[in-house]
Amino acid sequence: MKYIDEFQDPELARRLLDDIHATVTRPWALMEVCGGQTHSIIRHGIDQLLPEKVELIHGPGCPVCVTPLEVIDKALEIASRPEVIFCSFGDMLRVPGTGRDLFQVRGEGGDVRVVYSPLDALRIAQQNPDREVVFFGIGFETTAPPNAMTVHQARKLGIPNFSMLVSHVRVPPAIEAIMSSPSCRVQGFLAAGHVCSVMGMGEYPELAERFRVPIVVTGFEPLDILEGVRRTVQQLERGEHTVDNAYARAVRAEGNPAARAMLEDVFEVTDRAWRGIGVIPQSGWRLAPKYRAYDAEHRFSVEGIRTQEPAECRSGEVLQGLLKPHECEAFGTLCTPRTPLGATMVSSEGACAAYYLYRRLDMPATKAQEATPVV
Amino acid sequence: MCLAVPGRVLDIEERDGTRMATVDFGGVVKEVCLEYLPDLQVGEYAIVHVGFALQRLDEESARQTLELFAELGLLQEEFGDPWETAAEAAGSEPVEEVGNK
Ligand code: SF4
Repeated sequence: MKYIDEFQDPELARRLLDDIHATVTRPWALMEVCGGQTHSIIRHGIDQLLPEKVELIHGPGCPVCVTPLEVIDKALEIASRPEVIFCSFGDMLRVPGTGRDLFQVRGEGGDVRVVYSPLDALRIAQQNPDREVVFFGIGFETTAPPNAMTVHQARKLGIPNFSMLVSHVRVPPAIEAIMSSPSCRVQGFLAAGHVCSVMGMGEYPELAERFRVPIVVTGFEPLDILEGVRRTVQQLERGEHTVDNAYARAVRAEGNPAARAMLEDVFEVTDRAWRGIGVIPQSGWRLAPKYRAYDAEHRFSVEGIRTQEPAECRSGEVLQGLLKPHECEAFGTLCTPRTPLGATMVSSEGACAAYYLYRRLDMPATKAQEATPVV
Repeated sequence: MCLAVPGRVLDIEERDGTRMATVDFGGVVKEVCLEYLPDLQVGEYAIVHVGFALQRLDEESARQTLELFAELGLLQEEFGDPWETAAEAAGSEPVEEVGNK
């Protein structure tokens, strides 16, 4: 038991693990949807502490990773314009577009700024009335409500020089797409706690029933993840498939009604492409017609930009749980955090980055040597 | 970025018709919008994401989560200097060599 002493409460961790070991009789494959959970799992070696029969498959829950190349290219195009101040969260800076990233755009003279909150971008717009301020609005259901509120405020306060490049994604349609794939091996889901703290659990019973798959809302701490696994495995062993909440201290069944109401006002559901995966029907949000004036794609006429994703990066398979990061040929050699081929190696929540950070020693020796950066 | 971080409300005020709070995240203090959690009080903990309080949390869980995130380097990520991080990650290699051409 390699890492168990590092747990918040090693005693409780051991009890949960013992319980899981005692419950499992057959092999089960569970998917943790959220990239934060993936990091917690790899960092604490949870996947190695679990019985061999329980496999954790990493899901697509990293917003940076799933933002399509095409959208990154649109962002780069807009950010390069002299009249534009382009505002983004910090983790988008090094996500490769075709040939370059936002970090390089700034090196070439683009006015790219990192903000902590979308409201900061709105403030920058108020302070710079002679410039166009564009905010890069990506993320899942946790990020969408803050961005929705910001567009709502821009309209309310009549700030004409603010717009948003919107590429929001929704988790339930991704679960549906994963379960509908003929190569799907997932038998149970650890649903992302923070997404559910906004959206509640209402979208899940139908999915659990249709695919006969248990869905257990799970937090991020190692103990939360063990508890999520324990409850999922218990259901599977009993032949059940219900929605269960193992993160009740942060998730209420109805989520956050005020946030959901704002989402419904500002956005409308649309088909959305996921990087490496392709279009998933109804899996995204775009601005609703009454907020179209704030849509950066229209304002800067970048709707026409179409890009092909490179073939050598297999992050699409990684994101769907079909391939483990280190099974990718480029992992740790051609592709490192310094020279990333895909977003899953860049993002702090990306599965390839997690393996690179915490699992490099498990690589074959020659590969690990090649991967060591030359200083 | 997708992860929300727990923080403790230090004070609350109305600004531009919007309910805002100052929130402490284990030492880092930020402005946070309370429009989605309007009845949050000073001294209470909430899960905060990109400057918005999204859900209440009890103190014990908040403290544990903060510790975990600090240990995973996620607090540095959320509140540190992203340009520095990006430059560090980019290293000294010529930018032309970045893949994905
Ligand atoms: S290791 Fe790199 S190239 Fe391979 S799937 Fe991950 S990001 Fe793509």
